[in-house]
Amino acid sequence: MKQIALAGNPNVGKSTVFNALTGMHQHTGNWPGKTVALAQGVFSTAAHRYDLVDLPGTYSLMAHSAEEEVARNYLCFEEPDAAVVVCDATCLERNLNLVLQTMELCPKVLVCINLMDEAKRKGICIDSAELSKRLGVPVVETVAQKKKSLKTLCERLDRMMESSPPCSYQVRYDHPLEEAAELLTPVLADRLQTSLNPRWLALRLLEGEETLLAELNRYFERDLLADQVISCALETARTRLAEAGISAEELKDRLVGSVVTAAEELCRGVVLVQQEGYRCLDRKLDRVLTGRRYGYLVMIGLLAAVLWLTITGANYPSSLLSDALLWVEERLNGLLVYWQAPEWLIGALVQGAFRVLSWVVAVMLPPMAIFFPLFTLLEDAGYLPRIAYNLDKPFQKCRACGKQALTMCMGFGCNAVGVTGCRIIDSPRERMIAILTNSFVPCNGRFPTLITLITVFFVGVQSGTLGSVWSAILLTGIILLGILATFGVSRLLSATLLKGTPSSFTLELPPYRKPQVGKVLIRSILDRTLFVLGRAAAVAAPAGLILWLLANITVGELSLLAHIAAFLDPFGKLLGMDGAILIAFVLGFPANEIVLPIILMIYLSRGTLSEAGSLLEIREILVANGWTSVTALCTMLFSLFHWPCSTTLLTVRKETGSWGWTAAAALLPTLLGMAVCFIIATLTKGLGLL
Amino acid sequence: MEYMHRLSELAPGQQGRVKALLSTGSIRRRLLDIGLIENTTVECIGRSPGGDPSAYYIRGAVIAIRSADSKNILIE
Repeated sequence: MKQIALAGNPNVGKSTVFNALTGMHQHTGNWPGKTVALAQGVFSTAAHRYDLVDLPGTYSLMAHSAEEEVARNYLCFEEPDAAVVVCDATCLERNLNLVLQTMELCPKVLVCINLMDEAKRKGICIDSAELSKRLGVPVVETVAQKKKSLKTLCERLDRMMESSPPCSYQVRYDHPLEEAAELLTPVLADRLQTSLNPRWLALRLLEGEETLLAELNRYFERDLLADQVISCALETARTRLAEAGISAEELKDRLVGSVVTAAEELCRGVVLVQQEGYRCLDRKLDRVLTGRRYGYLVMIGLLAAVLWLTITGANYPSSLLSDALLWVEERLNGLLVYWQAPEWLIGALVQGAFRVLSWVVAVMLPPMAIFFPLFTLLEDAGYLPRIAYNLDKPFQKCRACGKQALTMCMGFGCNAVGVTGCRIIDSPRERMIAILTNSFVPCNGRFPTLITLITVFFVGVQSGTLGSVWSAILLTGIILLGILATFGVSRLLSATLLKGTPSSFTLELPPYRKPQVGKVLIRSILDRTLFVLGRAAAVAAPAGLILWLLANITVGELSLLAHIAAFLDPFGKLLGMDGAILIAFVLGFPANEIVLPIILMIYLSRGTLSEAGSLLEIREILVANGWTSVTALCTMLFSLFHWPCSTTLLTVRKETGSWGWTAAAALLPTLLGMAVCFIIATLTKGLGLL
Repeated sequence: MEYMHRLSELAPGQQGRVKALLSTGSIRRRLLDIGLIENTTVECIGRSPGGDPSAYYIRGAVIAIRSADSKNILIE
């Protein structure tokens, strides 16, 4: 088995290449640094079996971000048999930066120029044969979405494996630098006897970066600078540099600069732009989507549109599913009766486990199945980095990072994913702020609850298109409230627990792309919707069971459930809700999806009604149990602001390494939610509305 | 030689050539990595709705940079 490292800049379709080669489903992101952990996959060609390792997307192997360190360390110390560097055909020159740095480090490199279709559309021609000649390594052109175009890549890879390492192009640095490196290179080759490229090693030692030096010492299992011969040669080389008037800072600049200049020269005559105006469409789009006049408006409009589609689209399949599952429930009941199962068992399994499960499926699945793909489409088109660009100013005001907007967007899908995504933020302080505030945006598990309550209490169940538009507007409002809270709490944290000033920030705005609709649909339904649903279902059935037991085990006159509800009731009332709702939020800790189903279940177990299917019936049940629009409002707000689900909190623990910060992540939204609900409840009570 | 400006002073649509970076540390590295070395042509292509950051066209890619950082980039 041959080890192949897959490297590349962010946003060049590296993950698409990875998926197409290995057939493994790994989510591809359209923002810098999405792939943070290393994904691995196996694929076979005519000649070999390859183990492909997907390195994080990086622009360089020199700088200090965590991702670049991971990529560099892998190429350095894991000694892959070869590296494939994926490039974006539409900006090849910039991508060559990474290619050249990889070639300094790896004996066998294959350059894969991806997104050829886009380049063609933009009138960019690439002479890859000439580039291959200049670089001395194989260069292939691909369109990763089309599997056929990867065939050449596989063939070239096989051929490269058979041949000895090519005598490839090496970046020439300025004279004093080369001279200094030449002093050091033979010494290193002699003293270390390593497969690591001694010239590369010499340049890095001259540069003297401490983290790399520590890694090297660990790798060689000795202190390199304690070696008399090496440190002596290094001293001589440094003196030579100093004589030439090159300071440490100047050296770093020249090292980077030479690579950039080399890339520029290599591309001269290789990349031909036929129509200069090829960026026009992107510019025009950006003028609207990130312009002063429409930028924010379009953003909110798109959010509302996505929500409207979700709400309208979910209605029909929801009622269909609910009818179907009701039918299954009756059959199941009949079957158990036929088998003469004891009544408690039928109750526990059918009215307990199965009913909660079927509500979760009927009410939660359709909105998820619609929202996920729509959102992924926006992501695929390249819109999400624009959101970060638009929102950077407010985040800057809160002394946080604009990339927090990206993690917020991931949070819409799942807060746990959002928390992991915070790794794209370099500054530890700003990253912590993003982690702690991630649950202020409602995740997909909370959307259906919000949608249902909005529809049932504020819009009316049967009000047609106008009604669904109104629902979407209200839901947008709720989400904006969450975003507002994100800003507020970020600012608060910056002033208290996480004091500091905003750090520097660069963000790439990748070209807009036509999203691959079919792929997105399949991927988001299979990978995300079913996964999230599976998790919810795994929690829902046992929760239903526990609930049924609580409702049917009596202590004294009342059931356990009634005891707990009665105990929590005064507290719930204080927050504009009731005991049952609070129990549901507590039981919903493993997955927010089950909160509303549990609320209904609790009310039903009191024997008010027998079944809940349509929204109309849900309304009847809730109203019969004393709900008013204030109750609905408080429940919605508490759903927006309360402790994150267990998965999210465990992720926070993993990412921060501290239970203290995990507690903060739970307490912040909970306290805010309690405060908001308390104020609303008190005010409305004061005004005589409740 | 023309009069030196800061990158942050470029209005959308204007171009400039990088002369020097005043920033230090990791942001300096990042700016060099995205190709902002001496004599690189940079075009400002727009500002975000809040007025900051601005987007620049640098060596075939569009990069957003905050004015706090772009004012440390000298151009002519």
